[in-house]
Amino acid sequence: MTARPADFAPPFDAVQFVTEPTDPPDERIEVGALIVGAGPGGLAAAIRLGQLLEQRPELRERLGEIPIAVLEKGKAPGAHLLSGAVVNPRAFRQLFPELVAADLPLIAPVEHEGVYFLTRKRAQRIPAPPTMWNHGNYVASLGEMGRWLAERAEELGVMIVPETAAEKLLVTGGRVVGVRTGDKGRGKHAEKLANYEPGSDITSRVTILAEGTQGHLTGIALQKFGLASKPQVWALGVKEVWEVPRPLYRVIHTMGWPLRGARRYREFGGSFIYPLGESRVAIGMVVGLDYTDATLSVHDLLQELKGHPFVRAILEGGKRIAWGAKTIPEGGFLSLPDSLSFSGGMIVGDGAGLVNVPALKGIHYAMRSGMLAAETALDAIRPGQTAWTPGALTGYDQALRESYVWKDLERVRNMRPAFKHGFVRGAVLAGAAVTSLGHLPPRDLKLEPDASVSVFIGDRGATYPAPDGQLSFDKLSSVYLSGNKTRDDAPSHIAVRRQVRREVAEAWVHMCPAQVYEVAGDASPAGNVVEVEVTASNCVQCGAISAKGGRLLAAEGGSGPEYQSM
Amino acid sequence: MKIAVCVKEVPDAAAARRIDPQTKRLDRSGDGVLNEFDTHALEEALRVKEGSGEGEVVVLCVAPERAMNSLRKALAMGADRAVLVADDAAAGSDLVATAKILAKAIERESPDLVLVGQQGGDSDGAVLWGSLAERLRLPLVSQAASLELSDGKARSKRQTEFGYDVLEAPLPCVVAVSDAINEPRYPSLKGIMGAKKKPQETLSLDDLDVDAAEAGEAGSRTEVLALTDPPSRGDTQRIEDEGGDSAEKIVAYLAEQKLV
Amino acid sequence: MPGTLVYVEDHEGEATKGSLGVLGKAASLGGEAAAVLCGSGIAPIADSLGAHGASTVYVADDAALESPLPQPRVDVLAKLVQEQGFDAVFFASSVLSADVAAGLSARLDAGLNWDLTDVEEQEGRLVGKRPALQDSVLVDVGWTEGPALALFRTGSFEPGEGGAGTAAVETIDVSLEDFSTKTAMVERAHEEKGGPSIEDADVIVAGGRGLGEPERFSLLEDLAKALGGAVAATRAVVDAGWYPYASQVGQTGRTVSPKLYLACGISGAIQHKVGMQSAGTIVAINKDPNAPIFEYSDLAVVGDLNEIVPKLTELVRQRRQS
Repeated sequence: MTARPADFAPPFDAVQFVTEPTDPPDERIEVGALIVGAGPGGLAAAIRLGQLLEQRPELRERLGEIPIAVLEKGKAPGAHLLSGAVVNPRAFRQLFPELVAADLPLIAPVEHEGVYFLTRKRAQRIPAPPTMWNHGNYVASLGEMGRWLAERAEELGVMIVPETAAEKLLVTGGRVVGVRTGDKGRGKHAEKLANYEPGSDITSRVTILAEGTQGHLTGIALQKFGLASKPQVWALGVKEVWEVPRPLYRVIHTMGWPLRGARRYREFGGSFIYPLGESRVAIGMVVGLDYTDATLSVHDLLQELKGHPFVRAILEGGKRIAWGAKTIPEGGFLSLPDSLSFSGGMIVGDGAGLVNVPALKGIHYAMRSGMLAAETALDAIRPGQTAWTPGALTGYDQALRESYVWKDLERVRNMRPAFKHGFVRGAVLAGAAVTSLGHLPPRDLKLEPDASVSVFIGDRGATYPAPDGQLSFDKLSSVYLSGNKTRDDAPSHIAVRRQVRREVAEAWVHMCPAQVYEVAGDASPAGNVVEVEVTASNCVQCGAISAKGGRLLAAEGGSGPEYQSM
Repeated sequence: MKIAVCVKEVPDAAAARRIDPQTKRLDRSGDGVLNEFDTHALEEALRVKEGSGEGEVVVLCVAPERAMNSLRKALAMGADRAVLVADDAAAGSDLVATAKILAKAIERESPDLVLVGQQGGDSDGAVLWGSLAERLRLPLVSQAASLELSDGKARSKRQTEFGYDVLEAPLPCVVAVSDAINEPRYPSLKGIMGAKKKPQETLSLDDLDVDAAEAGEAGSRTEVLALTDPPSRGDTQRIEDEGGDSAEKIVAYLAEQKLV
Repeated sequence: MPGTLVYVEDHEGEATKGSLGVLGKAASLGGEAAAVLCGSGIAPIADSLGAHGASTVYVADDAALESPLPQPRVDVLAKLVQEQGFDAVFFASSVLSADVAAGLSARLDAGLNWDLTDVEEQEGRLVGKRPALQDSVLVDVGWTEGPALALFRTGSFEPGEGGAGTAAVETIDVSLEDFSTKTAMVERAHEEKGGPSIEDADVIVAGGRGLGEPERFSLLEDLAKALGGAVAATRAVVDAGWYPYASQVGQTGRTVSPKLYLACGISGAIQHKVGMQSAGTIVAINKDPNAPIFEYSDLAVVGDLNEIVPKLTELVRQRRQS
């Protein structure tokens, strides 16, 4: 028996998150350029704009007391940032032409790497696909990068406002004029608690949405302005950082086990193991969310992976010191919105879907798109111009299309969709796409939303290892390690149907790396409708639920994980 | 009325030893300790100021320069001024050295009321305010679960092992508040954005007339010698309830442990 | 004559158990252990302290010391330490003694190590043992000079039955600083009728989802009453509205360290563990033989709490009566 998450649409109406400003005009906070999200995209935009304004003091004047403000929903920049990561330094060089690699927040250049195909017991080295050649790239911690970029931004006079969630888009007469921040101090039933603090209207001359994967207002804006005619798809990545006794000298990617290649499972993904300096290692499992077995749990696949002799050898004697999870938009070129600008605003980075899945790269695209958005924003605040003048921001779309971001994504556009045909066929199709530099296959493959894929209760869950507290861990221990201290009585920020088919409920239970969902009561036979319980305070805001039939909304600013250097 | 609020800074030497000197990565648990400053004392100070309609709330801290970020959060909540004593020579100060430095910084302000918060982490002792009151030679009220000011006196209900006392002390005095006293406010967005503009002072030990020999490790009277693994709890004794006699076995076990 | 001075706190005419435990420990270190008593009308207590290891008991008996306030006690102890030259001053942790120890530290410029669970002599110097980082590591701490002040965690040492020793009792003069007497105790604490709060309780009976339904908490309440303890709850059941938030133990609730923690129907996820892992003895009752809580319990009972708890309550009551 199967069921489709998409048939149980969440109780969610985008209209609720679009509003005119409601605060009295003298209570509204006015800023010049407003950027939502202190990730690599948002901070690159802030820095670029700051650099440009340094040379144009008269334009800086026009932006008022707070020329550039960046809102960050996490406790501090970095708290919600997570990636492998191997970074292409190209965008850093463009943003900081005067700095050398040693000055940049990068850990070490990639010197050796290997790609392996795993079976249950063995690891077979295979030639690295050209898209995965990392020569010239660097291993880095995205969280460290975020902190470093935040400092550079503040040096340029950018105001970074942490613990602040952008909950609603402020729109007047079809123009985006800013955002409304979320309330704080509400209780479980949205009642006002003793320390209730209402959100505020922040108005701006131009708004850049840099919210990352499954960005809340990004989704609202795409819907409101009808920009997304093609569906996006996501993968879920679960990552751990380990202290290890023996240094790892290579960047490693694996494919194959523990994922199953048969077409009916649609299990696309692999793992990464990166050295973070001499004594630490990052290890993660990334799986496309269009899989069909409801019992697939990326969190637990990672635990299983660590038991493989090849991986075990790297981690033996070590200690897990960090954990986190985040989704990655995987549709690439074929899922890009028709336009990334609208009246008063632009979308950059992962929120726009600017990720090169075959190369596992998105950070430098986020930064580059941020820079291009900043340059367009500058243009839009010249005397006689506004961001709402028709066509004022289309320069951003144009610049993006002319940049390497667009060209890279176009070339690899059919690789990901190829894999819905199973591993072998997919690899063949993907190989063809790569070697033809994107000219094959002749017709673009189609993507369907993850939630439209039917799920069934299979047996993937049968072999997850029992947590031993040394090598493998349970989800609650992982959530603890993410630093998540979301208050228990906060209102739930997750919109999801509570009565669903059992297959869908089980899919959510296993999908969520933070054990947010549980099936209430005793298990009923497959095919029945069950009740879903939601413990929203466990949520690490990875975004997986939004891909698979629910919707992540704006949580209270400052809540969620407190990643240190993920 | 001037209210001085001390942001706790008795460093946990054991946490500091967890930093791996080899990694480029800063040990964020050190930063975390600062960021977790006691908001209850600050909230109480703001309430006192709001209640009397006038006054100044000054936040003080002895910590590395980075701590100014946390102090800005205090300013965002509503404090008027931040004073940070950041001096390399103060690094590694234990209670004796820290209390000495903090007391000098407080004396410089001549406040009417000194508020100190409940220490949060498990390795913080309930000791800073006791030492501070002594160095300032001011009356002390500790574990305050409520605070009322009238006629130049501070009156507090406070909880001990035996129940609630009511204490009264004339101003100026030191009041250490427990986290039962209030629910700290969230800073408003205006507060957050306006924080940077509020006065922030960074002082050195020289500014306070504190000799380097009285601060840091030199000025400390305690030290951390070693880190070891704690004794394990020992083996778990296991009882499977088969004959329905578990209750008896539990009582026997408890009796053996002198717990019943 | 150098040696260790132990601050003995009293309550309702008796020395507190914690103080007696610390006194016994001080006496066992080799070197003399003296005790100091501060209060009004507390002289009778002095006689019993010899049996717990004090060779001398200093009695500061003065109306000004009637209320259990710290600052006058700092004056008394400071003078005593300076006159007698003690190497170390030990305190059993309490609200009062922590304030006294901290004030004394500032008065004498003497190092204070707190939250100690043990102390020993190593190569002629005193070394304290202190759990840190949520009891995950044990730290050896020392003192660099001057008298060593030590605050011991509640329950670190059990007082002995009391030996045959007697102590010399000395009355000491009390002279207090001006500022020390400015704080007044307007109302003094009395024993709470409602049973201890979970933070103060020596015994905690805690319930989790394994209880099955909120009504089962009455079983736990009965047991807690029989044991003289308090009832606590996990986040899951508080979330579900079965028990109030004030009783929640765990990462986002309270941290407790009672002598006995009875976990009923609690699986023991880390979010709960960090709130109670330093309890003296942990007894867990759970139907699931693989419950994580069994990994860190002292006594693991696999069984049905609905059967076991009422029986346990009955047995404890019987024991108490006999």
